[in-house]
Amino acid sequence: MSEKLLIEAVNDCFHVELERDDSVMVMGEDVGRAGGVFRATAGLLDRFGPDRCVDTPLAEAGILGTAVGLCMAGWRPVCEMQYDAFSYPCLDQLITHVGRYRWRTGGAMEFPVTIRMPYGGGVRAPELHDDSPESYYVHTPGVKVAIPSTPADAKGLLAAAIREPDPVVIFEPKLHYRTMRGEVPEGEHVVPLGKARVVREGSDVTLVAYGAMVPLAEQAADALEGETSVEILDIRTLKPLDEDALLATAAKTGRVVIIQEAPRTAGFGAELAAILAEKAMLDLRGPVLRVTGFDVPYPYWQIEDAYMPSVERVVAAVRKLLEF
Amino acid sequence: MAQVLPDERELRRVIGDGDALPDGEVEGLDGRDLIELYRGMVLLRTYDERSLVYHRQGRIGTYAIFWNHEAMQVGAVYALERDDWIFPSYRESAIGLLRGMPASTVLSWWRGHPAGWWNPVDYNVASICVPIATHVPHATGLAWGRKLRGDRTCSIAFFGDGATSEGSFHEGANFAGVMRAPVILFCNNNGWAISTPLSAQTAAETLADKASGYGMPGVRVDGGDVLAVYEATRDAVERARAGEGPTFIEAVTYRAAPHATADDPSAYIDPERVEEEKRNECVGRYERYLVRAGVLTEQLAEEIRGEALETMRQGIAEAEAEPAADPGLLFRNTYANSPSSFDEELAELREILEP
Repeated sequence: MSEKLLIEAVNDCFHVELERDDSVMVMGEDVGRAGGVFRATAGLLDRFGPDRCVDTPLAEAGILGTAVGLCMAGWRPVCEMQYDAFSYPCLDQLITHVGRYRWRTGGAMEFPVTIRMPYGGGVRAPELHDDSPESYYVHTPGVKVAIPSTPADAKGLLAAAIREPDPVVIFEPKLHYRTMRGEVPEGEHVVPLGKARVVREGSDVTLVAYGAMVPLAEQAADALEGETSVEILDIRTLKPLDEDALLATAAKTGRVVIIQEAPRTAGFGAELAAILAEKAMLDLRGPVLRVTGFDVPYPYWQIEDAYMPSVERVVAAVRKLLEF
Repeated sequence: MAQVLPDERELRRVIGDGDALPDGEVEGLDGRDLIELYRGMVLLRTYDERSLVYHRQGRIGTYAIFWNHEAMQVGAVYALERDDWIFPSYRESAIGLLRGMPASTVLSWWRGHPAGWWNPVDYNVASICVPIATHVPHATGLAWGRKLRGDRTCSIAFFGDGATSEGSFHEGANFAGVMRAPVILFCNNNGWAISTPLSAQTAAETLADKASGYGMPGVRVDGGDVLAVYEATRDAVERARAGEGPTFIEAVTYRAAPHATADDPSAYIDPERVEEEKRNECVGRYERYLVRAGVLTEQLAEEIRGEALETMRQGIAEAEAEPAADPGLLFRNTYANSPSSFDEELAELREILEP
């Protein structure tokens, strides 16, 4: 174990996985010589050469589209989308091919491609550097999605994605790239897809979150200390979802508040709420509440704090639920 | 850096008109090759014409006609080796037949039956790409990936004139140039994207002109001349294998049939031009060439047509004999590791289907 920044954990994962499997290659804009705009791929070009750490043209659909062909040639490409909102051109390839190609071949060919990108707001960035686009990806059949909330999970979920025979999309909370430090296992470290994590045990109410909203949930729980007993569930993998863990915490506390940074309508929180409505009705002591971003474009950064779910909004939702 | 060869604006031609325009020949092709090319063209022509009949009989679904595109498909594929990869669009749906794929497989695809989905590795023929131009980056990626592994494999992507307006075409072509991928971008320019004429598709004088923007040569060839197509593709394959990167081939023809069975071109197409094209369609043109060259006899031609018809008779019989697909297939093959939610969804379906 050693203490690492979240971005260092991502970089550590790459060094381990490229060393372990020589069919793994990294591709994207500025990932080579610059080591990525956030330095996620620092040192890979020098260590593994330009064939396995590829600076590509500035073309997200081209990156993912050529990655499909690279898979057919036996590679395991890891594609970096430089920012959340820059990834949208790649949705064309994701929806029409990445999620379908294995099925189209009757299961004969595998497409072990990983797509990873920094996501989310709170970093005082220009427009379209702040989105939480996970719903677009989760909604695509044939694609798995994970969002780490800690340095250890950033390493372990990325390793799982790289080793997975199916396409996986990883969203990394850019707000915490350099603001969060944590213990990260040395060497090979894999966090299996589809397993949620109980961050904190509690008995009265559960905060369900993923990615950058997990630390926020912890702050809200701290603020409620002495008032109520809060459990926190980190979803970690949005698809496949650890439904058992979600239902278990609902059964335990009977009250669920879902926190999601993305806009509210048809966000992933709605999916979680629907599952609870279908399967946990008799366990619930009140309505499932959501604290989310609003249904507006991600705002100018001078007012972004008003958009982002806050400790105050989470605390208010918990109190409302307790009073139900 | 890629060396940009001078674009060839004149259409390459080998086959003459039996009159003022003399026949040429392609070096390296012997009589056996010439007949094999003919066999492939007749096979695809028969596939296409029978498919139209099967559609009208309700035995296959909507079908994208490729009548008069056979010279482009057969000429190009004949220039490849078996290890080279083909990335077809729906206009080349039956191109796998040239690699030994059973006709029943492609017919099943058009029947919407899962038996129509093949393993690309069995033929080095990728799945049929339905969305326009999105397979161009796949062909580039495969060629680039094989090159990185030290193989000498190349790939070819087939697409139409309309595809050159798509971002995926641009991104795939640009990657090909930058990575010097051994890929051939084969554009069958038949003048129409459903009802949209080429003039509404581009302001470029020729589609081959686009190639120079990607640092690759652009070659124009008569798309109705199987020998010219073969020769142009062979040159491109040689460049690719020599490490000189991609080539763009614009094969020019005219769409003499509807876009697909659901299309009625009478509202937009020039009927006189269609009639002219039909008189000069590529199979008959090649047949006359072979007769002039003394390579093909009517008896041999009949034999080859008979073989192709038999292939189709057998193909449709096999496709129709496929047992109905199990709805459980819905949940197979999407993932290598399926989410456990699939069990629940399948159980829900079974309960309704088999109470």
